[in-house]
Amino acid sequence: MGQRINRRKFKGLSRRELLKLTPVLAFGAFAISPLQKSLLKTGLEFNDWASARLFRSGHLAPEFDDFHVVPFSEFPINGYDVDDPGVNFEKWTLTVTGEVQKPGDYTLAQIQSLPQKRQNTRHVCVEGWDVIGRFGGARLSDFLNMIGADPSARFVSVECADDYYESIDMATAMHPQTLLCYEMYDQPLTRPHGAPLRLQIPTKVGYKQAKYLTDLKVSRVLDRVGYWEDQGYSWFYGL
Amino acid sequence: MATRTLTIEDARTGELNEAVYEHPFVVRLCHWVNSVALFVMAGSGLQIFRAFPSFGAKIPEKDLINWPRSLAIGGWLGGALQWHLTFMWIYMATGLLYLGYQLFSGNYKQVLFVPRDVPGVWPMVRHYFFFGPKPPLKEAYNPLQKHAYTSALVLGVLSVLTGLVIWKPVQFSWLGWMMGGFHWARLWHFLILWAFMAFVFGHLVMVVLHGWNNFVSMLTGWKKDPEYRSE
Repeated sequence: MGQRINRRKFKGLSRRELLKLTPVLAFGAFAISPLQKSLLKTGLEFNDWASARLFRSGHLAPEFDDFHVVPFSEFPINGYDVDDPGVNFEKWTLTVTGEVQKPGDYTLAQIQSLPQKRQNTRHVCVEGWDVIGRFGGARLSDFLNMIGADPSARFVSVECADDYYESIDMATAMHPQTLLCYEMYDQPLTRPHGAPLRLQIPTKVGYKQAKYLTDLKVSRVLDRVGYWEDQGYSWFYGL
Repeated sequence: MATRTLTIEDARTGELNEAVYEHPFVVRLCHWVNSVALFVMAGSGLQIFRAFPSFGAKIPEKDLINWPRSLAIGGWLGGALQWHLTFMWIYMATGLLYLGYQLFSGNYKQVLFVPRDVPGVWPMVRHYFFFGPKPPLKEAYNPLQKHAYTSALVLGVLSVLTGLVIWKPVQFSWLGWMMGGFHWARLWHFLILWAFMAFVFGHLVMVVLHGWNNFVSMLTGWKKDPEYRSE
């Protein structure tokens, strides 16, 4: 038997204990439309911050034996707009601007003169599907060296022939598995897969890996973040 | 941990009631915050699932079910991801606070299903499902209840671990490897959702059956005249 207390006092005690839970009502803010938007935006930004903190430059994405690679025909083609923006391969160059020592137009041959890296890695789509494919290209880090990119610049952004645009953090750009990809399955990139050049980043989700590259910019601030990010997706989305 | 009890005296009738402090503040706070978080995680998770409602290959895609959008949160994939990626921090924070509190306060003994509880499971099942006699209740939770709550805690931990693998399959590649890779982690995560839904359904049924006094105890912490003390 515990301490004696009269009924009224017990009611008061119960009420005080109940009132302690009022902070839970703060969730109601999520039901208010303008607040909801900014709260979810803050949530996404915190999530991106945490994702960047979790990213380890030396940690490699798993690479797989050829046995695990799906047939080329089963590697999905996901464009946001068109499957073929009609790039003229003869005239194609990658236009480099921003915080670099050697801006200008770079040909595919120049990019292909860099050491080639081939890798079987998992492609993860934001929708939830994943597929292991085989990719080949030049390390973006090698290319950034070639153009004399300022390593203290924070971002690498790209623009594409289909008006898609994307940007990534410098740490991911310098990651040894981040490729300027011009090959899939040991064959030149096909048009639906982003010919002549796309980003292939096994440490990022699919929509970060832009196709049909035409422009590359190294910068300290971002003019534009990314097509899907502007619709509300996460910017960092590291895997 | 000694349980706090009070004897309530009615000044007019002289009637005495006993009250037991069953649910400490941290437990109640975590319970309600986590209920909201779990609700949002389930709803937004189902909207995310709608983007690729399959566990097979993308080509050819064989959809498992077409989950209705009206029973999901977020409106579209991007919106649902915002909810999911925001509330997962709240979900994990309350989970960690709860586990830490239970461990350090010793209050976990009230909830944790231990081998000693095994013999009491069958009589309880017989009572609930086969009209058997009601076994005497010696503590706050009966063995079946402890089993349910402990299972829910395990599900909570597993939902976070499988979720981490889906969120960061590269950074947590070792964890993913233990689950059979990204692809399997996604399936486990989905199955855990339905196990959770089964728990929540059973939990709500029991809350209704056990009445107002029992429900109020999760709000104020105090339970009046609990049957395990009245004999």
